[in-house]
Amino acid sequence: MTLDANLHGDVLVIALHGQLIVGNRQALKQRVLDDIEAGTRKVVVDFANTGYIDSSGLGVLVSLAKRLRELGGDLRLANLNADLRTLFELTKLDSLFQIADSRDQALASF
Amino acid sequence: MVSTSALDFRIPSDLGQIEGIVAQVVHRCRECRFDARLLSLNVPVALTEAIANAMLRGNGEDVAKEVRIRAEVSEVRLVVEVEDEGEGFDLDACAEDPTTPENLAREDGRGLFLMRTLMDEVVQVEGSSHVVRLTLRRR
Repeated sequence: MTLDANLHGDVLVIALHGQLIVGNRQALKQRVLDDIEAGTRKVVVDFANTGYIDSSGLGVLVSLAKRLRELGGDLRLANLNADLRTLFELTKLDSLFQIADSRDQALASF
Repeated sequence: MVSTSALDFRIPSDLGQIEGIVAQVVHRCRECRFDARLLSLNVPVALTEAIANAMLRGNGEDVAKEVRIRAEVSEVRLVVEVEDEGEGFDLDACAEDPTTPENLAREDGRGLFLMRTLMDEVVQVEGSSHVVRLTLRRR
């Protein structure tokens, strides 16, 4: 998994390439925590190029969202494929996250 | 006649190796014409969970300890056994529901739930507390 991070105004957009799983989840977590430390409060994770996520990947998203909300911000998700949507529905995490159909929609939601 | 092919891996408890093993099992399932959804969701997620669980909880992240993954794939089903070198555990004792309101915001606790949800059967192999068997019927 690799990630591209870009600022759109005050929103950090992270595009993931590859699976978000136990072996690489720390890379995403550390990147976002570093940006939170630097003042970022709004984050969009774009899953357009991600096939699947495991429970560790889901856990990192939950953890980061919790941290951002404590600071008055949020982490929102975009471009989930049908499998990822199913994962979020099965785990009921679709009720915890704001999920947008596109990156633009996620950006506009802030 | 049903033809079955087998895969057998022994790998150190290195989380970075999981994706490659999973890809090989998925590839074999694809050759046996498993449904696309099983190949893109059920098999990779459940197998990742099982191997990660063996490395992290079974072997305590000790890279000197190995995980063995044996997969039998046919046009009827996939059966995977994941074995670690740990002390063993009681699979039935791990029944907490991560979807309840009090558990929803927890960072952990979804691995076994996903395995059970995405596979047809998840059991401990009889007589061994550190071998988990996952079964998925082809459809």
